[in-house]
Amino acid sequence: MDRRTTIKWVLAASAAWSFPAAQGAQARPTIRARGYGTDPNLAKAYRRGELWPLTMSAPQRRLAGFLTDLIIPADAHSPSASAVGVVDFIDEWISAPYPLHLQDRTTVLDGFTWLEAEAARRFGKGFSDLEVIEQRGICDAICDESRAAAGLRVAARFFALYRDLTAGGFYSTPVGRKDLNYIGNVPLVNFDGPPPALLKSLGLL
Amino acid sequence: MPFVSARTQKSSYDVIVVGSGAAGGQSAYTLCMDGAKVLMLEAGRKYDPALETPMFQTPDMAPLGGAGTPEKPFGFYDATVDGGWEVPGEPYVRASEEDAGRFEWWRARMLGGRTNHWGRISLRNGPYDFKPYSRDGLGFDWPISYEDLAPYYDRVELLIGVYGTSEGLENTPDSSPGCLLPPPKPLVSDLLVAQRAKRLGIPVIPGHRAVLTQPLDFAHTPARLHPGNATAQKILAEDMRSRSACIWATPCGRGCSIRANYQSTTVHLPPALASGNLDVRTDAMVYEVTLGPEGRASGVSFVDRTTGTHQHVTARAVILAASACESVRILLNSKSAPFSNGLANSSGKVGRYLMDTVGSSLGGQIPLLESLPPLNEDAASGHQLYVPWWLYQDQHAGKLGFARGYHIEFGGGRRMPDNGTGTKMEWLTDGSYGAKFKQDMRRYYGSFVYFDGRGEMIPNDHSFCEIDPSVKDKWGIPVLRFHWEWSEHERRQAAHMQKTFADIIGAMGGRTEGAAQADGARAIAPGGSIIHEVGGAMMGASPATSVTNQWCQTWDVENLFVTDGAVFASNADKNPTLTIMALAWRAADHILERMRRKEL
Repeated sequence: MDRRTTIKWVLAASAAWSFPAAQGAQARPTIRARGYGTDPNLAKAYRRGELWPLTMSAPQRRLAGFLTDLIIPADAHSPSASAVGVVDFIDEWISAPYPLHLQDRTTVLDGFTWLEAEAARRFGKGFSDLEVIEQRGICDAICDESRAAAGLRVAARFFALYRDLTAGGFYSTPVGRKDLNYIGNVPLVNFDGPPPALLKSLGLL
Repeated sequence: MPFVSARTQKSSYDVIVVGSGAAGGQSAYTLCMDGAKVLMLEAGRKYDPALETPMFQTPDMAPLGGAGTPEKPFGFYDATVDGGWEVPGEPYVRASEEDAGRFEWWRARMLGGRTNHWGRISLRNGPYDFKPYSRDGLGFDWPISYEDLAPYYDRVELLIGVYGTSEGLENTPDSSPGCLLPPPKPLVSDLLVAQRAKRLGIPVIPGHRAVLTQPLDFAHTPARLHPGNATAQKILAEDMRSRSACIWATPCGRGCSIRANYQSTTVHLPPALASGNLDVRTDAMVYEVTLGPEGRASGVSFVDRTTGTHQHVTARAVILAASACESVRILLNSKSAPFSNGLANSSGKVGRYLMDTVGSSLGGQIPLLESLPPLNEDAASGHQLYVPWWLYQDQHAGKLGFARGYHIEFGGGRRMPDNGTGTKMEWLTDGSYGAKFKQDMRRYYGSFVYFDGRGEMIPNDHSFCEIDPSVKDKWGIPVLRFHWEWSEHERRQAAHMQKTFADIIGAMGGRTEGAAQADGARAIAPGGSIIHEVGGAMMGASPATSVTNQWCQTWDVENLFVTDGAVFASNADKNPTLTIMALAWRAADHILERMRRKEL
C-alpha cells in the first residue's frame, strides 16, 4: 500500500473517531525484534510470542477476533477461528521481523484503520461494536477484489490477505486438520493406496 | 574419534575430501570402505538427523505456522539449517538483477549439505545424455558413455536404496535386476493424471526416489557391492540392517531420523565412520588447494569457523566435492605462479558452462477430486509417478523448435494442511467468507494437482561464474560473481511445458490456476532456482577444452579431483544427484587403483 493511501485512511479514522478508541486502532509500535536465526531448534513446540513479542493492542485484538470469526465462524463441524488461537497466529505474523511480514503488518493495520473508519462512517460506531449483519455489510463490499468498487480495491486486498492469514492459521491447527478430514501424519506399516471401490467409482479401475 | 579437531586430527591423510553431501559422502564412503584414510572437511556445523529431525511436528507448533522466511526459506521444518538463498556473511554477486540474467545460489552450511532436504528424485542419465553434441550438434559430449557409468548407477541404487521400475523406454535406462525397490502405490490424483495423460499420448510411469519402500537386502547386497572385502561387507550389512523402511508419514524434506531415505548423513557417513578410516572436521571452510613441489596438490587451507584461525592440512590426494560453484570458487581462489588464473585452469574453462535445470510450474483444480472420502495420502511424500520425456523422435526430427527434453514431476492429494491451505482461493470461491468459506474449503481440499517441468539446459558462453574483483566474505575470501543467460531452446521448452500442463489439466476436466504462460521468457524460473546447478569444471576428452578427464581428475594437477556436479558436460533433464554419486564412486575407485599402483 502506498503512503498516500495510508495517510488518507489514518486521517479518515482520526476524524471519525473518539480519542480512546482511535488510540487503540492506531497503535503501531515499530518492530525491533530479531528473527529466529538460521539455526533454530526444530524439535520443540513454540508458543506465539515466545520468539518475538506480540504487538496488537487490546482493541486491535478485539477487532481481529471479530474479523477472523466472520471469515471462519463456528459451525456444526468445528469451532471458530478465534477459538483455536488464530488471533495469536495473526498477531505473531504481523509482529514478525521479516520483510514479507512487515509488509503484511502495514496492510493489516491499515486495514483495521479502514474498517474502523468505515464503521464510523456508515454506523457511527466502532467495528467491534456493530451487529454481525452490519459487519457483514462492510465485508461484503470488499470480500472479492475483482468485484469491489474502484475505491475499495485497497481494502479488498487487505481483506484477501486477512482471509488468507485466518485460513492458514485455522487449517494448520489440529481442529483445522480434523475439519478437512486429514488423517495422515501417523506411522503406517504398509501403505495400501486408495481403496479399489473408490477407484472404481472414479473410473480409475 | 571420527569427528576431529585441530588437536585430534592426524598430521596427514591419504585423501582430503572437501564437502560432505552427495559427492563428498560417496567419495569418502568408497575410499574408506576400501581402506584409504580420509579427512572430510565440511564448512557447516555437525548435524545429527537422528536427534534433530522434526518428524511428526505439525505446523501449529512452529513459528508462523511453519511458513518460510529468509532464515528458513523452504519452511521452518525444512532440514536445511544455516543455509538458503542468502547465507549471512557469505555474499555472492549477480552481474545482472534483470530476471532473464538472474542467478540464485542455494547453499547449505551443514554436515550432509543439501542431501538433508533434497527431493530424493534419483533418475539415471540415458545414453543420449552423454553424447548430446553427437546427437544434435549442440553443447558438448562427455568423455564417457552410458555403459561406462551404468555399473556405478547400479551400485549407488543398491547402496542408498531407490524405488522405481524398469520400463524399457527410450533414453530412460533400465536398472540391472535387483537394483530397484518396489515403487509405492499411487494416489487417486496420480492415477487420474496417468489415465488422462495417456489419452494424450504422454507416458506416466513410477518415479525413482531414494526412499526405502522395504528394508534393504542386507544379506546379499554388501557382497555384491564389496566383493572380496569381508570387512566392508560386515560394516555395510550392519548398517543396512539398522536403516528402517518408510513409515509413510512426515515429508522427506525434513530429513529422516529413522534413515528411511537417502541423505549423506544417514547413509554414506555412518558406514564410512564405522570403518575407522574417516575423520570428519566440521566448521572447516576450505578456500584454497595448495600446490606443492612437482606441481602436485599438497593439501588445502581452510578457516576454522569456530576460532577464525587459518589452518592447513596435507594429503596424497585432494577431492573437491563442495558443490559445483563452491568447488569452482576454491579452484579460482587457489592462485600460484604456474596457475595465475586459478588452479587447474590452463584451459580457462574453470567457472565456464554453468547450467541449471529449466523449471516451469502450473497448477489446476480438478472437480473429479472434490469431496473425496478421508484417505491417508501422505504416501512416500511425493513423486509416486512421473512423466519421462517422451518426444525424442519428434524433437530429433526438428518438429519442436527446441533441442532438448524435459520430464514432469507432479503431485496432488490430501496432504497435511499448513499455513498455505485455504489461501488464494478467490478464483474458485468468488471471495466467499463465513459458513460458505468453510464449506468451500472442505469441497476443494485435496482437489488440486500441480505440475513441475524439469528440462535440460544447453551450456552456453554467457552462463558462468568468476571471482568478483572486490567483494569478500566475512573471512576475507573472495566471492563468486554469476553471469546468466537462457537461450531460445530453454525458453521454448518452458512454453511447451506450460501448454502440456494445461492440456493434461484440461484432459482431467479441471481448470488451470491462471492461464498457461505462452511466453517462454515468463514461464521459465530464474537460473539456479531449481538448485541443480552443475558445470564449471567440465570433464572432457582434451586438456585444451575441459578441466578434468573422465575420472574427474584435473588435467593440470594429477592428484586433484573434482567429484561434484562441476564436472558435468551437459545437464540432462534427469535430476543430477544420482549421476553425481555414480561419478564420485567411479572416480574414487580410480583413485584407489592409482594408489595401489603407487601412482598417487
